[in-house]
Amino acid sequence: MANGERELPRPTPETQNFWDGTKAGELRLQQCGDCENVYFPPRHFCPGCGSKNVAVLKASGRATLNSYVISHLPAPGFTPPYAIAVAKLDEGPKMMCNIVDSPQTPEALVIDMALEVSFEKINDDITLAQFKPAGGQ
Amino acid sequence: MKRNSVAIVGASETTELGKVPSMSQVQLHADAALNALADAGLKLSDIDGVATGGHNAVEIAHYLGIVPKWLDGTSVGGCSFMLLVRHAAAAINEGLCNTVLITHGESGRSGLGRHGSSIFPSLFQQQFERPFGVTRPPTMFTIPVLRYMKDFGLTEETLAMVSVVQREWAGKNPRASFKDPITVDDVLNSKMICYPFRLLMCCLVTDGGGALILTKADRAKDMPQKPVYIRGTGESAETPMISQMADFTSSAAFRVSGQQAFESAGISHADVDHLMIYDAFAHLPIYGLEDLGFVGRGEAGPFIAEGNTRAGGKLPMNTNGGGLSYMHSGMYGMYALQEGVRQMRGTAPAQVPGAEISVVHGVGGMFSASGTIVMTNVA
Ligand SMILES: [Zn+2]
Repeated sequence: MANGERELPRPTPETQNFWDGTKAGELRLQQCGDCENVYFPPRHFCPGCGSKNVAVLKASGRATLNSYVISHLPAPGFTPPYAIAVAKLDEGPKMMCNIVDSPQTPEALVIDMALEVSFEKINDDITLAQFKPAGGQ
Repeated sequence: MKRNSVAIVGASETTELGKVPSMSQVQLHADAALNALADAGLKLSDIDGVATGGHNAVEIAHYLGIVPKWLDGTSVGGCSFMLLVRHAAAAINEGLCNTVLITHGESGRSGLGRHGSSIFPSLFQQQFERPFGVTRPPTMFTIPVLRYMKDFGLTEETLAMVSVVQREWAGKNPRASFKDPITVDDVLNSKMICYPFRLLMCCLVTDGGGALILTKADRAKDMPQKPVYIRGTGESAETPMISQMADFTSSAAFRVSGQQAFESAGISHADVDHLMIYDAFAHLPIYGLEDLGFVGRGEAGPFIAEGNTRAGGKLPMNTNGGGLSYMHSGMYGMYALQEGVRQMRGTAPAQVPGAEISVVHGVGGMFSASGTIVMTNVA
């Protein structure tokens, strides 16, 4: 059984726009206007070239399951076993997530399977970007 | 880095390893430091440089009664001590100090006198990883492995062989925590911790410490121990977030650190007689062997499973039993360095006959940082 509460993100000035995005149902990345680098996590400059000419890029929400583990260890707010995954977005960046709407088993979670973003509202301030198997309901 | 210009002249672990409820963390540092001073035939007053990782370096200096001329508190996880050896060698060469004491102590099991994490927290990790249920290292360090297994066909059986071979080495070491032989079946039937990782693929959690004393090589000749020269060094860092590791099948920090170490040492892989690769989890020696260039991509698992790293193999590796079977206080890098020194002095419990060059490679955090030291007993 889950004990305690899941640790929630504490947005910073550099990341607030990302968390505003998830609340609005958008997965927001950033793209450099000079070298076209698409990056995550957000910051006020491009980590590829140092340019401050960066803009928000709304991601498609499509991704693949790049890698994962299924943790059997206790964690606040989680009921083991649960998967901790990394989604590789079609736009390039990788993002940690849980896989929702799926059994948490090696049989159900196949490396490179197609995923799509699924926003999980935790409270009025925080909505997490999670992923689920693509093509589900 | 001037090749062989600085030597390790004192080296020791704490008197006891494993469960040490009689000492808090700062005393584990001091116990190892006093043992290393005795080993080197030096006094506390001979030390003018102090370095440690994972603990406030000021507290270590003060606890030992030293007002140092040089101080380094680089804390990037378990490989901090490889970086500190590198920094100390540079400082000695630059004339900033003459004799450096590097200490490690960690009450990893008993938790006495620990103050928070040994690695600085990451703001990004707080926001973009911790909400998804990562907690202790087994839930993070293991995340890249299913990617590697798919890309290179590594099986759970081959991964388990890393633990089996290291237990063989531990069986030769009276100070190892676990010495009884294990089989692949034992590993694969041990408790599931974090799929695909079983208990016997994960490191121990123990109390202990270690210390090293470094000085100029020309002074080392007149000292009691056989000098162990620093022939080459490297360090690097990639990311504080495992999810942001650029390639889940290869560590950029390992590659950069290893390449610097081999180039500065002026050695090829065939010159290496003895190897230590920090093994907090069973996959780390696999990544290390490939990223340091000992074998090609995807070849390290079979290389270990075929027996190349066991006693009598062509590349003896993790000869103390490693973090999987010898001991692992949390920041294991110091113990890998200690085993490198023992092998170069010819005093290791499982001595590699005639070994002249040892490579000691460390990881910090979850593939976050790396440090590599090339040691030799040939001036
Ligand atoms: Zn750019």
